[in-house]
Amino acid sequence: MSSQPIIEARNVDKFYGNFHALKDVSISVHHGERVVVCGPSGSGKSTLIRCFNALENHSSGTLVVDGIEVFEGSKDVRKLRQEVGMVFQQFNLFPHLTVLENLMIGPMKVRKVSREQAEETARKYLDRVHIPEQAEKYPAQLSGGQQQRVAIARSLCMETRIMLFDEPTSALDPEMINEVLDVMVELAETGMTMVVVTHEMGFARKVADTMVFMEEGRIVEVAPPEQFFTAPSSERCRMFLAQILEH
Amino acid sequence: MRSFINRMRWPDYLIVAMLIAFFGYIWFTIEGTLNYKWRWELIPGYIIGYHTGREAYFANILLQGLAATIRISIYASILAVILGTILGVARCSQNLTIRMLARTYLELLRNIPPVVVVFIFFFFLSQQLIDALDLARWSRNIARQEDIWLWELFFGDMRRFPSIISGVIVLALFESAFVGEIVRAGIQSIPRGQREAARSIGMSRIQELRYIVLPQAMKRVVPPLANQFISLIKDSSIISLISVQELTYKTVELVASSRMIFEAWITTAAFYFLVCFGLSRLFSRLERKREGQA
Repeated sequence: MSSQPIIEARNVDKFYGNFHALKDVSISVHHGERVVVCGPSGSGKSTLIRCFNALENHSSGTLVVDGIEVFEGSKDVRKLRQEVGMVFQQFNLFPHLTVLENLMIGPMKVRKVSREQAEETARKYLDRVHIPEQAEKYPAQLSGGQQQRVAIARSLCMETRIMLFDEPTSALDPEMINEVLDVMVELAETGMTMVVVTHEMGFARKVADTMVFMEEGRIVEVAPPEQFFTAPSSERCRMFLAQILEH
Repeated sequence: MRSFINRMRWPDYLIVAMLIAFFGYIWFTIEGTLNYKWRWELIPGYIIGYHTGREAYFANILLQGLAATIRISIYASILAVILGTILGVARCSQNLTIRMLARTYLELLRNIPPVVVVFIFFFFLSQQLIDALDLARWSRNIARQEDIWLWELFFGDMRRFPSIISGVIVLALFESAFVGEIVRAGIQSIPRGQREAARSIGMSRIQELRYIVLPQAMKRVVPPLANQFISLIKDSSIISLISVQELTYKTVELVASSRMIFEAWITTAAFYFLVCFGLSRLFSRLERKREGQA
């Protein structure tokens, strides 16, 4: 881990109208670090990582991602997004394109890579997520787990340096969760910088370098997993863990 | 049809009987007071005429008018879809000025009667355009040439070319506002997640629109666009007011010269009905087929 953080948020606030979604949030993520963010719904986890690739604009504070300062109206937003991949809860694959085209359109149109090269990259990453045989199908023909793996491959095809996951398994049937988590564990093993919003604590234990607990727009606890799961310092965090670990 | 008759109950028979009595009475009044002489036998001759000198059949004014109406409707709807797409995209623009301009255009067209709109477009726009491009002389030159069947297939009588073009422009400008609203609805029906996914792989707004949003939106708006096309055919009768020689204009001419008021207008009504109803059946069948595949 280098000392220079790849994501650095300082005193970030975010308002939706009168609603205070993020309250004075400061966090830094280092190169190659895997951060898992958890917390009850409405605690601002998704808002936080959506700020990281400027899908939401924070209201005040400073946010620097991969050396680019993020602010509303910044001209560097597209450059930033090419380095930061995002995987959504609802997959958001492009339904009018085949799996292969879903993977190729970013590199071809944004990075201006040739069709041949884009296809080669696409097939490489489809292999990586274990569904090379689905290349010619349309998203609607795939299961949820397969769709989410395509979505991960789509982000990987952009050769991003950071991957953000916004509750990637929450919309999946239980039997499909593991196939997606397995892919994410493998990705973590390649040394990718990852920020994952999830309630999958098994996954968190396995890959996280740092656990973050959020509540009501605040970061309540930041700790390495051993400490986080065995001796969380805040009462609220202890209760939350007790609730979700019971199942 | 048989099942329909089987399902008739006594109130249905009563209603039918009352309708027959009502229209019979009207018929009787017309026959008695108007002293109108029906000459239905002449109508087919105005659809397809027979030239005794050349000993050949030719498309007479009603069929010419129908052909012109169909041509104009096709060209106008192509143009209207292009303009309407631009308008629909403008309505969803980030830029307030662009959005307001598109909105203004739409609200103006929505709140001014079509006939007035047609006159304004005609005098202020299409006529100036035609004069500026000197289309009249250009088309007269073509009309003088020989072997111009291809031109005539697409545009009919080339001497009337400028009037057809102005009809197409006026109609397209008028309909583009409604096409624009359909396209806007289509764009807005695409889930937010699609735009976010496009943006998160680094696409610009234009790329997002071109590769992700519009292809999906256009697929969704095909059925309402098809219906708008049918409306356009009906609306095309308005441009007879600016002397575009389409079906309605030709019917007015025929009525003026032959005095066959009822026959001519009923025939024209039947033409419009057949074209529009036929298309509407065709479109709904195609749509059902498409849904079956999806």
